[in-house]
Amino acid sequence: MSNATVVVVTSGKGGVGKTTTTAAIASALAKEGYQVCAIDFDVGLRNLDLIMGAERRVVFDLVNVVRGEASIKQALVRDKKLNNLYLLPASQTRDKDALTEEGVEAVISELRGYFDWVICDSPAGIERGATLAMRHADEAIIVSNPEVSSVRDCDRIIGLLDAKTKIAEDGGRMPKHLMITRYDTDRAKTGDMLATDDVVDILSVPLIGVVPESKDVLKASNVGLPVTLSDENSPPAKAYQEATRRLLGENIPVTIPEEKKSLFGKLFKGRAA
Amino acid sequence: MNILSLFGKRGESASVANNRLQILLAHELADDGSDAVLISSLREDILAVVAKRVEIDPDSVRLEMDRSGDVTTLGIDIELPAAKAS
Repeated sequence: MSNATVVVVTSGKGGVGKTTTTAAIASALAKEGYQVCAIDFDVGLRNLDLIMGAERRVVFDLVNVVRGEASIKQALVRDKKLNNLYLLPASQTRDKDALTEEGVEAVISELRGYFDWVICDSPAGIERGATLAMRHADEAIIVSNPEVSSVRDCDRIIGLLDAKTKIAEDGGRMPKHLMITRYDTDRAKTGDMLATDDVVDILSVPLIGVVPESKDVLKASNVGLPVTLSDENSPPAKAYQEATRRLLGENIPVTIPEEKKSLFGKLFKGRAA
Repeated sequence: MNILSLFGKRGESASVANNRLQILLAHELADDGSDAVLISSLREDILAVVAKRVEIDPDSVRLEMDRSGDVTTLGIDIELPAAKAS
């Protein structure tokens, strides 16, 4: 029987790339051969199903499972391309208290027995949904854009990870990884954007990956494929593949994969800088 | 495999997105939980029929629904126990 590592993908702020990151990391882990389950904790506003292209196949969801209306195995939606990748969708109910702490605990502990990795996609905010998503995690991936409000919200989330989680209450310390997304190398060079070192210094969390701003992310979400599956050679896919290797314990230097520019573009940028 | 090649590279992913959203939103509007009820009852019926002939673990029966616009398909996946030597 496996005993999964449970990872929460969280950020505080909305729209920074939690769901994109969850889908990308979960599918990259599945590609490595692990049994992987991605859970959407955003009750009322589920989206992980859309990003993973499973929206037409959702019948039961996390709330059905917590309420005992469906078994976990009934609710899990298997990925069309990777048969070792599963999604546990969030419910679209407006009932904010649909998830209970005991219910979530039971779901996570059952999933631990079936999978190698359980990746929890946290909702934005610092309320119940977000704290439930992180509660039983073994590790956290904190997603930030190189932008002041996003970094500040991450700092608050780090506070919660060190106070409101099971690990913290048991006197431990949640291992954390920082994922910087929507990074624009050119703007960082010209000093118009926080650099990765700035963000790492402020948050004091080790870097697991830097995902460049890229049109490939929108393209992947349009067609409903995690960016690591839609175009494996795109810069964001490479960044997520590298981050996944680090999550698996490999010690490799963080690089920032770049869009391939035309020769003309390169010359032009070179002059402008 | 690069899936984008299936859709062409000239910005056609946007029309895929449009199509997906149309189907999804139409379904969410009409969703009254009847899919879940139907799946649950079908599952019970199928389990009962199969259990007459072979011993199966109720957990190893998977029902999957796939809605694509006008057509909804139902996939049934039953894991049979390793065949006993007779």
